[in-house]
Amino acid sequence: MAVGVEEVVKELRSTYTSGKTKTLEWRASQLKAIIRIATHHENEIVEALRSDLKKPELESFVHEICAVLSACKLALKELHRWMKPQKVKTSMTTFPASGEIVPEPLGVVLVISTWNYPFLLSLEPVIGAIAAGNVVVLKPSEVAPATSSVLSKLLGEYMDTTAVKVIEGAVPETTALLEQKWDKIFYTGSGKVGRIILAAAAKHLTPVVLELGGKCPVVVDANINLKVAARRIISGKWGCNSGQTCVSPDYVITTKEYASKLVDVLSAELENFYGKDPLQSKDLSSIINAHHFDRVTKLLDDEKVSGKIVFGGQQDKTNLKIAPTIILDVPDDSLIMNEEIFGPLLPIVTVNKIKESFDVINAKGKPLAAYLFTNDQKLKAEFIGSVSAGGITINDVALHFAEAGLPFGGVGESGMGAYHGKFSFDTFSHKKAVLQRGFGGDVAARYPPYAPWKLQFLKALLRGSILGVLRALLGW
Amino acid sequence: MESQSHSSDDTTMIAESVREVRQTFSSGKTREESWRREQLKRLLSLLLEREDDICRALGQDLGKHHVESYRDEVGPLIKSVNYALQGLKKWMAGRKAELPLAAFPASAQLVPEPLGVVLIMSSWNFPFGLCLEPLVGAIAAGNGAVIKPSELSPVSSSVLAELVHAYLDTTAIKIVQGGVSVGEQLLQQKWDKIFFTGGAKVGRVVMTAAARNLTPVALELGGKCPAVVDVLSSSWDQKIAMKRILSAKFGTCAGQACIAIDYILVEKKFSSTLVELLKTAIFSMFGENQKENIARIINKSHFSRLRNLLNEPMVTNSIVHGGWLDEDNLFIEPTLLLDPPVNSGIMSEEIFGPLLPIITLERIEDSIEFINSMPRPLAIYAFTNSEGLKKKLSSRTSSGSIVFNDAIIQYVADSFPFGGVGESGFGRYHGKFSFEVFSHEKVIARRSFLVDFWFRYPPWNDHKLQLFKSAYVFDYLGILLILLGLKKS
Repeated sequence: MAVGVEEVVKELRSTYTSGKTKTLEWRASQLKAIIRIATHHENEIVEALRSDLKKPELESFVHEICAVLSACKLALKELHRWMKPQKVKTSMTTFPASGEIVPEPLGVVLVISTWNYPFLLSLEPVIGAIAAGNVVVLKPSEVAPATSSVLSKLLGEYMDTTAVKVIEGAVPETTALLEQKWDKIFYTGSGKVGRIILAAAAKHLTPVVLELGGKCPVVVDANINLKVAARRIISGKWGCNSGQTCVSPDYVITTKEYASKLVDVLSAELENFYGKDPLQSKDLSSIINAHHFDRVTKLLDDEKVSGKIVFGGQQDKTNLKIAPTIILDVPDDSLIMNEEIFGPLLPIVTVNKIKESFDVINAKGKPLAAYLFTNDQKLKAEFIGSVSAGGITINDVALHFAEAGLPFGGVGESGMGAYHGKFSFDTFSHKKAVLQRGFGGDVAARYPPYAPWKLQFLKALLRGSILGVLRALLGW
Repeated sequence: MESQSHSSDDTTMIAESVREVRQTFSSGKTREESWRREQLKRLLSLLLEREDDICRALGQDLGKHHVESYRDEVGPLIKSVNYALQGLKKWMAGRKAELPLAAFPASAQLVPEPLGVVLIMSSWNFPFGLCLEPLVGAIAAGNGAVIKPSELSPVSSSVLAELVHAYLDTTAIKIVQGGVSVGEQLLQQKWDKIFFTGGAKVGRVVMTAAARNLTPVALELGGKCPAVVDVLSSSWDQKIAMKRILSAKFGTCAGQACIAIDYILVEKKFSSTLVELLKTAIFSMFGENQKENIARIINKSHFSRLRNLLNEPMVTNSIVHGGWLDEDNLFIEPTLLLDPPVNSGIMSEEIFGPLLPIITLERIEDSIEFINSMPRPLAIYAFTNSEGLKKKLSSRTSSGSIVFNDAIIQYVADSFPFGGVGESGFGRYHGKFSFEVFSHEKVIARRSFLVDFWFRYPPWNDHKLQLFKSAYVFDYLGILLILLGLKKS
């Protein structure tokens, strides 16, 4: 397998060197090919997602297929603009000069994807890589095997396989891939593997984007439209792959006073969405596999936690389903409050005053997203000022995830680098500075032999002082 | 230079320093615009008032002339601090962004925030510049910072420590001096960003250490920066080009600079003219007393390294000018070589010294293939009046930056990003890019409770599916029609 990988990279590098992938035509053709894949094979993709995750068709459509389509369409529309050099103003220090910043592809890039949005999180980075003119290897997650297989088949059929390759596999194949020299590695997944990727990249000085996770908190203040807030929380948690989403609300923080109200409204809305027997609802994804099912249910093993369940708690191991479960007032040192849950359990932590929630959040690693429901302008400003996260949404959940105009990425433990829309193009590009000078307008003061008057001149020049420059020239 | 002389391995001192800076950062002090402005202003005072101390230190460590030190370190720093002071308010304000209809009504902004506590590791060739330019960005972005200057330029390291202690807020900005062991201990700490300037070998060590804590890094490395010299017919152009080439090699820390011209590429038919032009220009620029206007080699180890590069048999034979080595004074005179073997050490490693190989090619366009056969450098230079050649070079080669008809000058251009690609590194700084490299651009999206699209929520059905299909392709009319029941799902 290792030999195979080396050959693949060699072939890709020679395709890249040929210059083919740099043309707008090639990039557009590949983006159009992805559009064809997503439009003509919608059913196959939805089936694969159902097989891997029991993902409801609407989620598959909205969160994965549509998102891929809109990413492609945006790139096709904007590509010529993104590829254009950006003119740069030059200052007196380099006068006379002109310059621009020119985007170029990095070369041969590796995209390693994950299992919860296996279609989207494989193709969205690939779209960025192609738009920027790179050649790319995609390694889909083996934990979502049906989607991995569909991706391999469809990309193999529709894309230019001398430049875009899918390599399926698990740890041995990933390890072999990481030994190769890449011009960029884009990884979506966990912090544990993120560290391995970064260490492997260090050997070749390869820049890396890591889209990781974290415990995304939701702070719920009083005096809000609780029904709307509850619906949004529910849709961001259980309506997004049953909580198996990096930007899903992980836990809620509210005041002791408000907690029971919140629990009541959440419970009522959950029943509206998923019925009285949620394990039977077709609108809920299942847990990806037995390993994760055990991992999530283990979080409830602690009796200090299981005793606090106020809603849900039903499990169906055969079908890998866990019902939406709310837990109130879990101890801060419990496992459920220290690991990313990535499942349909929602702990609610209570504080005396709502502002104490900031300390709770800041005591943990920086998350990918943080949410706040409030009408209090001052609280909003304080939240934004003191909570660090990849992104913050006020009065909704997961919104910024969907928007192509906004960079999507983490900070600290939740990752490094960002993408979506133009940010995808940028992350797979090198922005080369191009500076043009002529032979006229020369500043003799720059060169040896050095003399005091040259020092005066340089002082004025580097301070941008035209008067000073004149004085130095005139010997004053 | 007493309290800051930490050249002994002191794990406790390092851990304490980092802890203090982190505490200061957590207090929120460094996020205040007033604090950032104050520190930048004090840094400016440091540079304006202590220019002589700085230049004296550089003279002792590297034999740099006062004017060279000003031109390459003090002056650019003053410029950078002023630029940051001017841009600070705007940079801190962030920018607005657009959201799709499905999020209506909503607004979004991108707000920069400091990363936290950052580590800046510098190299020895521009000890003040390479510590303080990144610091300008770190401060402007609101971070706490620990700086480790290179121990190979000890006087500068010591003076830097004294000046920072005297002028800046040392609860938030610290200098930790020392060698490899201190560097290793610093890398054991947890940082929110590491900014490293130096060689690839240590760059790998830094990035590997950073991986343990998922710390993002910026690596400013090196490479062999070529200068493509086209046929220049006008004697004025030739004169200026020679000055710029020589200054960018021998006049910049004796060639010990990541963006110095490493080697020249020229067409065979122009090569003898070029060699003569260079020789003449060397004499007129450096005259009889070369030592006065050219820096020293940093230490014996590098001196030996450079001597070994010259001592390879085929290489020695290719020397056409210079070649005199004065080991006692760590001085090597400007040396020109014509066509040393391409597989020799001098043509495979980054030279980082005052040895200038000239490689001849059949046609000047062959320079593209030659450059592409080597790892991507920090900069590519080309001296030419041919727009065609410029276009070809720019589009068919890759480098951190590419400069036409000059060299080194990109270092003082604030509006251009300064950084490498491939083996020359990643991450960039200078100007606003310095602010960005030490910031996290946080997305803030706001929604109101007023309008809620009921079709967002389960239970799902085809009707809702259709609405989404329309919303996602921004088919607003379609949405309206479906909502009004005028369009069938």
